[in-house]
Amino acid sequence: MSETPKKRATSLRQSERWNASFLSTLGRFTALIVVFLFFAILVEGGKFYSPRNLENILRQSAVYATASLGMTMVIIAAGIDLSIGSIIALSLVTVAWILDYHYLVPTADGGMETVYLIRVYPVVLPWIALLAGIGVGTLAGFVNGVTIVRLRLVPFIVTLGTMGIFRGLAKGLAEEKDIYPHEDTWLTQLMDPTLTSQDVHWRMWILPPGVWILIATAIFAAVLLRYTRLGRYMYAIGSNEETARLCGVPVGRVKVVTYTLAGFFGGLAGLMQFSFIGGIGQPTSAVAYELFVIAAVVIGGGSLMGGQGSILGSVIGALIITILYMGGQQMGWPKWVQEAVIGVIIIAAVVIDRLRQQKTG
Amino acid sequence: MVRPKITPIAASLTPSVEVPRLRMDGICKRFGATIALENVSLEVLPGEVHALVGENGAGKSTLMKILSGAIPPDRGTMWLDGEPFAPLHPLDARRRGIAMIYQELSLAPHLSVMENILLGMEPHRGGFIRWGQMKRRAEEALSQLGLSDLPLSVPVRALPPGLQQMVEIARALVTQARVVVLDEPTSSLTQDDVVRLFDLVKRLRERGLSVIYISHFLEEVKQISDRFTVLRDGHSVGTGSTASTPVDQIVRMMVGREITELYPRRTRTRGEVVLEIRGLTGIDKPRDVSLTLHRGEIVGIAGLIGSGRTELLRAIFGLQPITQGLVRVGVLSGWADPGKRWRQGVGFMSEDRKREGLAMGLSISANMTLPRLDYLGPWGLILPSRERQMAERWIQSLAIKCQGPGQPVWALSGGTQQKVALSRLLYANVDVLILDEPTRGIDVGSKAQIYRLIAQAAEGSPEYGTRPRAVLMVSSYLPELLGLCDRIAVMYRGQLVACAPVGDWTEHKLMLAATGQTSELAEHQ
Repeated sequence: MSETPKKRATSLRQSERWNASFLSTLGRFTALIVVFLFFAILVEGGKFYSPRNLENILRQSAVYATASLGMTMVIIAAGIDLSIGSIIALSLVTVAWILDYHYLVPTADGGMETVYLIRVYPVVLPWIALLAGIGVGTLAGFVNGVTIVRLRLVPFIVTLGTMGIFRGLAKGLAEEKDIYPHEDTWLTQLMDPTLTSQDVHWRMWILPPGVWILIATAIFAAVLLRYTRLGRYMYAIGSNEETARLCGVPVGRVKVVTYTLAGFFGGLAGLMQFSFIGGIGQPTSAVAYELFVIAAVVIGGGSLMGGQGSILGSVIGALIITILYMGGQQMGWPKWVQEAVIGVIIIAAVVIDRLRQQKTG
Repeated sequence: MVRPKITPIAASLTPSVEVPRLRMDGICKRFGATIALENVSLEVLPGEVHALVGENGAGKSTLMKILSGAIPPDRGTMWLDGEPFAPLHPLDARRRGIAMIYQELSLAPHLSVMENILLGMEPHRGGFIRWGQMKRRAEEALSQLGLSDLPLSVPVRALPPGLQQMVEIARALVTQARVVVLDEPTSSLTQDDVVRLFDLVKRLRERGLSVIYISHFLEEVKQISDRFTVLRDGHSVGTGSTASTPVDQIVRMMVGREITELYPRRTRTRGEVVLEIRGLTGIDKPRDVSLTLHRGEIVGIAGLIGSGRTELLRAIFGLQPITQGLVRVGVLSGWADPGKRWRQGVGFMSEDRKREGLAMGLSISANMTLPRLDYLGPWGLILPSRERQMAERWIQSLAIKCQGPGQPVWALSGGTQQKVALSRLLYANVDVLILDEPTRGIDVGSKAQIYRLIAQAAEGSPEYGTRPRAVLMVSSYLPELLGLCDRIAVMYRGQLVACAPVGDWTEHKLMLAATGQTSELAEHQ
């Protein structure tokens, strides 16, 4: 009986704590709305909140957000992945390359005919391209992880290197040109607008399929971080690697898995980017995306010191960045202003976070 | 050496003719709703070693932060040699002659001894360092401290912690400090280094410097200080001459209650062998160590820092490689990584809470459950309800003072953090508890509680249906080993030189064994 008041006190405090984390998410959400309203009011003619523009915001941010899922895990584990933009490019070039694969066969009249594989396997090939795109991303992430763990190198250095390597591979695979696949497939449509579409059936999707994929994978990632051993290990390694080792966490293996997952989400983001830019295998696509993605995670509450970060926060961060970017464009801001504003927002987000933590701590 | 006679001056007496070196008067400081300091006064005379004692959280560090200019007081005044003293920032205080030497050493590990001593005040001409003069001044400082044997050009990270601290004190001397604050200077030192440190403190005193000495070890306070001031819950509760005040009276002032029994009584019976080590040899240390550990007993390991005590524990636990020898846990033998050890029922508690022991940013429950997340759900899942339930059980049974299992560990006091580190082993339900310096840097009250928990773990508690366990602990604090252990083994230069029931040991004998009866410096050469 004597326990009851004590229990109540604990649960009360726990609800306070819950409130604190809720408030921080709410704070980010508020920031998102403020940024949105800012442009909604300032951009002429209500263009900013037109259905088309809203869709565009979602479509663009889905690429960042998807890549940020893996980056969130990496940053929680006190790592960094600078190669994510290159992984996206490598993935989308792989997709385009497979969809565009063709060879010459001699024809009866002595000439040569180009045969497109997509004509031969119209059903299977898009799936192969999809798996290959994701697979290549995953493999790239695995390479990052193994290099970091085996060679005991700092993630920053390794991924700075692989940023160049993967980008180079993408360009090499595309022979330094954009690949225009011979035919459009459903892969090209992954990010097509839905609500503003003329096609009634396509409108039934409500959101572009790619955004649905993002929602599903975001839930998967959030559950992984929160309710699984692997997720807890990531937090533990990021918070204090020595403690993790002492507690028997297989530190090396978990790191490899973390970077591999980052590569997986990067591959997925590459697939979306492929569709977003209109089904083109552009090897120079997604340049500097690593910065947007890292910024999204940081605005979302991730700490580069590790041990902190959340999926929902990162997704909100990706949305904020996209809105700033697109809003700036539509306001006719010069590019340098857009870039500077995004920079200011990143620093402001971190400062606000610190102030808030000091208050509660 | 003749100790200068210092007349005890009680605070209530009329001010002496001597102008105090430092006077802090009516200092108040609050953080939000928490009152950290309330009307605290401190008076330190020139050429005096003044002990500042109190339990963790009593306000000692806050007071010293105010003195060092790191935080401003809300109210109160300070005088340095009769002049008003209100440092704007730490550098300001340092320039005025306040030298802080913290628990966590603040040296630049990659720089040399010489560079560290003169850091921030390098003699230069036009921005170019004058190395000759730099060397001279560093040598001068070291010789004044009787440390001429310290190599000048070696990076400080290559020195043992004891010597690193000396470097820091030399730095204080070079900056022409008037008040040197030593915060828990002996917590990471061996008995040997402590002797050296005390010698150093006496030299500082002879040179007319005032030393504020913060320590949990009252024996030390008694030995080294002239006067003391006790802080409790942010109040200064007493000050007086150390020589004329018995230790138990100081303890009473500190805790505001009597600590009846620091060490729990032994009611243990020895069971079967749970851990056997034969000829264990690591890369450098340990060397050829054999030891058996039975259920229901506490075995202590004494020895100087660097004697291989920690390395022995780490080798057993798989944190360090083994080149030869055997570790047998129950029926399982061979080297295993920490993950396997936990699953075999062996748990390890690190001597370094901050760096290794705990993930400060994570919650109590996350820290506690980390080695055995498999208890929390099937298929690699963590069920939040089960995690909370487990954590609450141990929070309750160890009386961990906190706001709940979700509270981050950094927000807890040192003693409470240590309990969290210990709770991890109990949660994991291990048979063998390997504890490295389990009471380092925590206050007397928390120490007593940790002792009780260790004893309980060894005895097993029918209340929670736990079996007796075996405890293997390393400690630099000999009274603790003598008070708590059933057997004590001593390490010297990587080897286990003696192991005997506690009854056969005295502090003196332990010291003799630990030093191999060689000269003081043997360990550092």
